[in-house]
Amino acid sequence: MSARLTAREITLRYGERVVSTRLSLDVPDGAFTAIVGPNACGKSTLLRALVRLLRPESGHVELDGREVGGYASKALAKQLGFLPQDPLAPDDIKVRQLVSRGRFPHQSLLALWSAQDEEAVAEAMASAGVADLGDRPVQELSGGQRQRVWMAMVLAQRTPYLLLDEPTSFLDITHQYQLLGLLARLRDEGRTVIAVLHDINQACRYADHLVAMRDGRVVAEGVPKDVVDAALIKDVFELPSVIVPDPVTGTPMVVPTLQGE
Amino acid sequence: MTAAGRASGPEVSGGPARTRRAFSPQLGLFVGGLVLLAVVAVLSMGVGARPVPPAEVVRALLDYQGTDDHVIVRDVRLPRSLLAVAVGAALAVAGALIQTLARNPLAEPGILGVTAGAGFAITVGSALGLAVGQAGELGFAIVGSVLAALLVAAVGRRSPLRLVLTGVALTAVLSGVALGMRLMLPDVFDTYRFWSVGSLAAREQAPLALPLTAIVVCLLGALLLSRALNALTLGENVAHTLGAGVGRVRGLALVLITVLCGAATAVAGPILFVGLIVPHLVRKPAAGSVPWLILYTMVLGPVLLLIADIGSRVLLPTGEVPVGIVTAFLGGPMLIWAVRRYGAGSL
Ligand SMILES: Nc1ncnc2c1ncn2[C@@H]1O[C@H](COP(=O)(O)OP(=O)(O)OP(=O)(O)O)[C@@H](O)[C@H]1O
Ligand SMILES: [Mg+2]
Repeated sequence: MSARLTAREITLRYGERVVSTRLSLDVPDGAFTAIVGPNACGKSTLLRALVRLLRPESGHVELDGREVGGYASKALAKQLGFLPQDPLAPDDIKVRQLVSRGRFPHQSLLALWSAQDEEAVAEAMASAGVADLGDRPVQELSGGQRQRVWMAMVLAQRTPYLLLDEPTSFLDITHQYQLLGLLARLRDEGRTVIAVLHDINQACRYADHLVAMRDGRVVAEGVPKDVVDAALIKDVFELPSVIVPDPVTGTPMVVPTLQGE
Repeated sequence: MTAAGRASGPEVSGGPARTRRAFSPQLGLFVGGLVLLAVVAVLSMGVGARPVPPAEVVRALLDYQGTDDHVIVRDVRLPRSLLAVAVGAALAVAGALIQTLARNPLAEPGILGVTAGAGFAITVGSALGLAVGQAGELGFAIVGSVLAALLVAAVGRRSPLRLVLTGVALTAVLSGVALGMRLMLPDVFDTYRFWSVGSLAAREQAPLALPLTAIVVCLLGALLLSRALNALTLGENVAHTLGAGVGRVRGLALVLITVLCGAATAVAGPILFVGLIVPHLVRKPAAGSVPWLILYTMVLGPVLLLIADIGSRVLLPTGEVPVGIVTAFLGGPMLIWAVRRYGAGSL
């Protein structure tokens, strides 16, 4: 699998706190990549570097062989769609208006709102399952509904890359699998999906490429079946477990052996 | 919309989109606001020591005959009303911009130190005997507001919170020093007093072309910037990844706020509350859209200021209560009304 989005030896820090040192990652193109790892290991930080929200202190993030820092803002926004871990909606905004803002990079002073924008918004809302919430104020939605609205906003951006920071964290189990199914479908249509996921079993089931992180480093990466074993889970999460095949898909399934310690 | 278009029945996703294009309630409200503005403007040109009936005002504007009434309307009251419209729009839009930028519905344009800077400059100018006449006052007010804004922007550039804190601190210092000077120098106090109450009377002779042009240009600029500000309301991170150059947008917005507020303050004195209240009154119908917020405030700011100006002439027909005082009287209750109506959630 080829990679068009790559990180080369990047060092990431917030002031004095160094999160990652000389981290490298090739994001396989047209695949579903899942990033897993314990809290505070630097998953969000890595995503932020990939979408140019955080400038690496050294090293390079490149898209199509060109430093992301060199792209014009809107040009990059047409390539990389990003869902932050905790986005912040303005007061009073309605669902459709929020989703419509995903069209910003495709608009200009001369082309304010096109039929294509209209269509992209409607499709994104249908895909994310929020079509019937259009006129509701975002403030008055449940956490899961709100998360799906933000997902729709990113989908409306219609970017070839989707970088999603815990897109399922507020969803009930049915909606979690619906969203993962949607991401898999988008991957089948040729888009590249990179998602931070906390449920390792879901990651193994849906991802083509699994990236396990710990302390700002990539500990292991590859096809889930090849990389996930009890030693890795112990190493990354400090969790004793046995790995069994998922009865439905045959992908690895982590069953913790801890009992109430 | 044709009957055939409707006959296709209720479509969940296509329906609302189509209705939105055919008739937008937001556009309707905007047009309603324009009508209200026209009515209030005509009324304001009729009120005064010599009342002119509304029909005569309209005739003076559209079919000028040169009668005494027409001369009063054209030469005295029209410029004054235009001034009120420009100042009202400038303050209200500056308020909408600062509230959007600071993500704080209690922010008002004076929070950036612009108003205090103008007041300080006028105090210093008249103490030195330089700020004489309206042109002199105007010049000092403009220089003072620009310098204050530059200082605040230089110190507080990093974040909206720092910016606001710097503005508040600078306001406190400048107001304190200026107050001290005025208390020690009675002449300066007199000059300042007239300027500081905020008035539209007898200002129309001043060289207003420059500040008024600046206001018009900045109002257009605010509209052009409003879509990028829309992206910015989703937070810095999302705005970045949507491709809205956050630093540039924020910097431009600050320039617009400074010029709008500085020019308005320079020509009319510190008129409080307009910048704070008008954005509140239209927040609900704007529904989180910055372009609509700016369009609405651009219409409602002038309406509020014209009504205040009418009030200032009706309440005290001989002496005229300064409009700054009337807006404060109007503004307090309106703010309370807005808060009660929309609930504390909107604060
Ligand atoms: N804005 C910031 N300023 C300073 N330090 C930060 C900032 N954001 C994150 N950090 C620190 O960087 C480290 C990595 O954080 P990051 O958000 O990347 O973790 P994560 O892997 O996404 O964790 P989680 O699973 O909890 O979301 C943490 O130690 C965190 O405290
Ligand atoms: Mg995170």
